[in-house]
Parts: sequence; structure tokens; C-alpha cells
Amino acid sequence: MEQMVNVYLYGKKYEVPASLTIMEAMEYAGYQLVRGCGCRNGFCGACATIYRIAGDRELKACLACSTKVENNMYVATLPFFPLVKEVYDMEKIKPTQQIMMQLYPEIYACVGCNACTKACTQGLNVMQYIAYAQRGEYEKCAEESFDCVMCGVCSSRCPAGISHPQVAMLARRLNGKYIAPHCDHLDDRIKEIEDGKFEALIENLMQKPLEEIKELYNTREIEK
Amino acid sequence: MYQDKLMQESIQKVEAARAENIKLDPRRMTAEEKEKLLATYHPDYKQDEFRVLEVGPNKGEKVPTELAALLQANSRVAGLNLDLTKCDYETDVLIIGAGGAGCSAAIEAHNAGAKVTIVTKLRMGDANTMMAEGGIQAADKPNDSPAQHFLDAFGGGHFAAQKDLLYKLVTEAPDAIKWLSDLGVEFDKTADGTMVTTHGGGTSRKRMHAAKDYSGAEIMRTLRDEVLNRDITVVDFTSAIELIKDENGKCAGAVLMNMETKQILIAKAKTVVIATGGAGRLHYQGFPTSNHYGATADGLVLGYRAGARLLYADTLQYHPTGAAFPAQIFGALVTEKVRSLGAMLINAHGEAFMNPLETRDVSAASIIRECSDRGNGVKTPEGYAVWLDTPMIELKNGEGTIEKRIPAMMRMFGKYGIDIRKEPILIYPTLHYQNGGLKITADGQSDIENLFVAGEAVGGIHGRNRLMGNSLLDIIVFGRNAGKSASAKAKTVAMPEKLTLKHVEEFAAECEKAGIKSDIVSPKLLPDYARKA
Ligand SMILES: Cc1cc2nc3c(=O)[nH]c(=O)nc-3n(C[C@H](O)[C@H](O)[C@H](O)COP(=O)(O)OP(=O)(O)OC[C@H]3O[C@@H](n4cnc5c(N)ncnc54)[C@H](O)[C@@H]3O)c2cc1C
Ligand code: FES
Repeated sequence: MEQMVNVYLYGKKYEVPASLTIMEAMEYAGYQLVRGCGCRNGFCGACATIYRIAGDRELKACLACSTKVENNMYVATLPFFPLVKEVYDMEKIKPTQQIMMQLYPEIYACVGCNACTKACTQGLNVMQYIAYAQRGEYEKCAEESFDCVMCGVCSSRCPAGISHPQVAMLARRLNGKYIAPHCDHLDDRIKEIEDGKFEALIENLMQKPLEEIKELYNTREIEK
Repeated sequence: MYQDKLMQESIQKVEAARAENIKLDPRRMTAEEKEKLLATYHPDYKQDEFRVLEVGPNKGEKVPTELAALLQANSRVAGLNLDLTKCDYETDVLIIGAGGAGCSAAIEAHNAGAKVTIVTKLRMGDANTMMAEGGIQAADKPNDSPAQHFLDAFGGGHFAAQKDLLYKLVTEAPDAIKWLSDLGVEFDKTADGTMVTTHGGGTSRKRMHAAKDYSGAEIMRTLRDEVLNRDITVVDFTSAIELIKDENGKCAGAVLMNMETKQILIAKAKTVVIATGGAGRLHYQGFPTSNHYGATADGLVLGYRAGARLLYADTLQYHPTGAAFPAQIFGALVTEKVRSLGAMLINAHGEAFMNPLETRDVSAASIIRECSDRGNGVKTPEGYAVWLDTPMIELKNGEGTIEKRIPAMMRMFGKYGIDIRKEPILIYPTLHYQNGGLKITADGQSDIENLFVAGEAVGGIHGRNRLMGNSLLDIIVFGRNAGKSASAKAKTVAMPEKLTLKHVEEFAAECEKAGIKSDIVSPKLLPDYARKA
């Protein structure tokens, strides 16, 4: 017999197999999900969920698609959270400290409560990446926030009204576009292609009889 | 932590053999060996899992049974008596699906000055693109060339790719990387800006670019952010359920459905781009899938009913390494990068039974053989599996490599108490990618005028199998391409006047004539996972 546990979905009790994720438990209970379900595997942040184990003081957050149910778990999903997303033109903004001040000034109202970090479903050091953003250290902010799935749980817990995932998004784009070392071999190759350096080579290959292409493919040298 | 006794015993064998296995570079299979292996074990070759289409442009060709049922099912608009003179949306370019292909198309169409509207089933970015882990190919290193990239992809796709499309893919690849980089996508680089590139199955040069093992997420969230920065209308939780044509049979919009309220809406457009992605959630042959919740081949159904031809719809990609244990992540993807970084495939007895970097179809077939006829699989609650010996990665590349290069994998298994740095993981093939789809010309247009297609919904770019990293590439190259073509075309045509769904009725009539009786409606939109009491 499968081991069963009690879970409370939006307060209502259901008995479900202990091996299920919260998302599967909802489906087991009969929910046909539309909202709150995207990738089903921890990448998209659609399934942010808050829960409490009965008797436990602490309110926890997780992704419903990648968290196992527990006995006496009280679950409320947070399929949407109104984050603030500012609009900017990537070609015009520059990776200066001022840009955060302009676009997301509320980050300077951070009270240091660390609720964001405690709530992060990915186990990121959210407060730390906000601190980096405050100082205009976008490379560090980008690195620290990299695994963010933008589920919004951090922001739901923030007394200062910060939209952490959006701040990090901006930092990563600034880093990717302006700060990260420039890739020269990419530019070189684009230029070579524009100059038609490979055209003859590739067209020649395409025109070969199939048997010859097969032979070339099967005997091609593979980089170690 | 593996509690099961048989698993533990098998792990001991894997550990005991690790030092020897790690030195091996198992021989690659010959072309003949591969052919025989595929014919015997690859799911695409199981004749009784396919059905011949009786109506439509591909009449007489076989497709997976589950897809045939949807292609020849009833329309969701049948009997609705819609008033097509009242439009809820009017736009130059209508893009269906907000994954990587749809968003790239939207950005380029917007760049070209078109009025752009995106409709998407779930949220923008709830898409297969978001889940891509491993990386994106581009021949941008000195020892590599677009011709080499072409050869790898053409051979890997069993010499069936449409050459003009593949030419475009490989020659525009470096520019696609540049475009992403300029949008702010962070690629793994060394201190001097050199791209960190690795092999993928079937590549002859190391040309896999990555953003850790969140490559797709990094691309997707950046594209999404860019779409939001622009004056592009995004209608989320809204699916296209049928294409609309004008009186001349050209594509002119789509019937939409609000996923939550079921309200029906009409969108009129000068041009339409289908970017609806793949089909994993159809669970062909009962396989688990790595795909997102909305991957139900809708675009193929919409296009087919409107008269657009499919190409290679009978070929699917089963990714060799889906998670086989624990049950909570059954079918979830274990990125190929795990093998690129040096983890080997090991059977229950601790034997390295194949070269870990064969192409995906060959690897999948080989694993299925190991777990079936050869009886060398490890028993799991869901069936059988083989090991992917992840601790080898750090033995080969040093401590810390796993956390740095494949953090998502470490997290996915870590959540269930498995430390992939110390313990191997169990894998089995999972339904991963739709190789086939709607046929296009090099400008991205389908058989139907003003209907463009991009991304996984296209068939022909890769032939009958796709190499890792070429799909993220194709959604950017052909997504941008479709956006440019669709906006350019929109400039030359007037807003359609008379809208019609006659083609839907005609298709239904054709089905009836062929004696097809279906009790399902399509497109499917979402899988039905709710348990019925
Ligand atoms: C787990 C995983 C890992 C992968 N890893 C890699 C990799 O490392 N490298 C690589 O190159 N490729 C990889 N791929 C493949 C690649 O990610 C996808 O093929 C590609 O991203 C598809 O992009 P797309 O835009 O065509 O479709 P998607 O990104 O799936 O977007 C399609 C969108 O259309 C929406 N939609 C569907 N139907 C409708 C409808 N009827 N109406 C409105 N909207 C609709 C969907 O909800 C979705 O938002 C991976 C795929 C998966 C699933
Ligand atoms: S559904 Fe995507 S993170 Fe849970």
C-alpha cells in the first residue's frame, strides 16, 4: 500500500500519496491546473507556493512542482505577484550606479530584515544581491542572482516593496551587455561570414552527392 | 541517498569500476551498427505506434497515433457560430506562442516598425525555451566553421534536413549569439572574453555555448524582459484555437480562447507567426517528457487544418537522459552537458556500455537495449534505468565543477537528497523534442500565404534528428527571420476585410467523407492530469 499523507490545499483537507510533489498532489485532488503551472520542473517560477507544517511557526516558500508533500502541510499557491517592472532601452542605459537609483530607488529602502533570502525558493542570497545592486556592483549581483526563476516570493515578503527579481534582471542584462569581457572571436567570425569566406566551402559541401557527404560525415575528425 | 538495496549494490559496482571506466573512451559505433540499433530499439521505428493520415495535406503519411488523433479531431469552433466581423484585436503581426521563437519574432517585427501582438497559452516564457539547460551551438571558434557545423547537423539529422534552412541556421549562428549578447544574455566566458564551449552529442568541434545549465532560462528571461520594454501587446493565458483566413485563402488572424474564462476572442492580422513549440505533453508511446505543461503540438493542428503541409512529423526526439529516479522528477531532463563534462553511461554491472557522446537517437536506443534485451538495467519503481556517473565530472575537471557548471542539475537532485557530486544518477530516455513540424521556405513562410512558422513547430531544419544546441539556435535564427519576414510582408498587404473559417468546415467535411469519427476536440491545449474521482 502506498503511504498517504494529509495535505490542506487552500485549507481543505485531502489525502494524497506521500511521494507526490505539491503540484501532483493538487492534480491528485482533482484540480485541472491552468495558472501556477509552467515548466513543471523548477525553471519558470510559475508555481510559487507558501506553506506551513501544522504546529510549525515558520511560514515556508517553495516551488510546487519540485517540492514533496509532507504530512499536515497547509498550502497556498502564489501564481502571480505584482512585481514592478520598469521599462528601459538597453541601448541607452549604462551600467552606472545611478541607473538603479533611477529605475528601482526602493532598493535603498531595504531594512536588512533578510526575509527575502529566507523565502527564496532557490536558496539564493537575495539580500546580498540587492546590496550589490545598491552599490552598482552589477557583475556580483548578476552572479549571485543567476539561478533566480523570478517566482516573486521574495518580493511578497519584503517590507520595503522591492521587486528583487526585476532588479536582478536588469543587473544581469547590464552585466551581459556592458561589463562581461567582450568576445573578439565572435566578431571575427561574423565578419568572415559577411565577407563570404565560407560560402564556397559550404556550398561545395551541399552540392556533393549524398554518398560523398555521408563519407565525409562518417570519417570526420572529432576534436578531443 | 538511495535506499533501495539493489540500487545500492549496483552503485557499489559503479564505484568500484569508476577508476578504470574513467580512463576509457568507448569506441563510437559504425554507421551500420547505428542503423541496426535504431531500427531495433528506437521508438520512431515501432510501426504499430503510428497511424496513416486519411485527410489533409499529408494524407497517406504516417504520424504518431496520438498526433493523428488530434490532427483529425473536431475543431473547437465547430458549431459556435462566431461573428468574425467583430474583432477583439487588430494587428499587423500576430504571434502565437511566447517562447524563444515567438519573442525573437516579436522583437524583430517590432524593430521593423510593425504593430505586434503576442498571444500565449500560459505566461510569456512558460515554454520549452525556459527549460533548456545545455546550450546553444555556433561555429565561432578558429578551429571551427559553418561548413563543419553543417556537416555535423546534416549527418546527425540523417541527411534529411532541408539544405537551404540548415545553411541559414549555421551561417547565421554567430550573429544570433551576438544578438543575444547585445541584449544582455550572459554567456560563459573566460577572462579574455573567449566563449567557454563544449561538445554536445554528435558535434565534431566544441561549439556549445552556455549560460551555466540555465542557458534557455537566461535567454528566455532576457527576451521576455526585452518584449516588456517595448510597445508590444502581450495577451497571456490565451490560446489560438483556430487560424482565420481571408476570402482569398490567405492567413488573416486567429480565433483565441481565454484559458481561464474560456471566452472566445477574434484576432485579425495581416500576417501570423506560429511559434507554439513542441509536443512532449502528448506522451507519445506512453513516454514521460521533459517538456513544459503547454507542449501539445497545437501549432501543427492549427496549420494542418488550414492546409499547411507537415514535414517529418513521424520523428520525435527521445532524450537519452531523462531522470528515472526519484519518481517526483521522472522524465525531467538531465542535460546532455552532464555527459559533455565527462559523466559516462554505466549499466547495472558497472560497465561503460557505450560512448556517452553518440547522437541522441543512438544513445536513447542504446540505453533502451541495455534495459530491455540485454537485461543490464537497474530496477526502478517506474521500470529500468542505467547510471550516469556524475562523480566522474569532478574527478576529471576538479572539485567545484558541478556547482559552477551544472547548478540546476545539482539542485534538482539535491532536493531529493541525492548529491550528484558524490553519487551517480539513474536515467532513461524521455520524450524531448518534436523533430518534425510545419514545412517552411527560407523566409519562414508555410504553404499558406501570410502564415509564418518558427521554432520547434517547424519541421525540416534539422532533418530526422536534432543535435543538442541547435534548437535554441534555430528559435533565434528562425524566430528573428520569421519576425522580419512577417513584418515586411505586413507592409505590403492591406488589413484583411472578409474573415472566414470556411477551411475549418471543409476539413471537417473531408474527415466525414473519409469516415473519420472523433469524439475529441483539438488543439489539445493542456494535458489532462487531474485525477477523476
Ligand atoms: C528540458 C529541455 C531542455 C532543452 N535543452 C536544450 C538545449 O540545451 N539546447 C537546445 O538547443 N535546445 C534545448 N531544448 C529544446 C529547445 O529548448 C526548444 O526546442 C525550444 O526552446 C523551443 O522554442 P519555441 O519557442 O519553439 O517553443 P517554446 O519555447 O515551447 O514556446 C512555445 C510557446 O507557445 C505557447 N503555446 C503553445 N500552444 C499555444 C497555443 N495554441 N496558443 C498560444 N500559445 C501557445 C506555449 O505555451 C509556449 O509559451 C530543450 C528543451 C527542453 C524541454
Ligand atoms: S512550474 Fe516552473 S518552476 Fe514550477
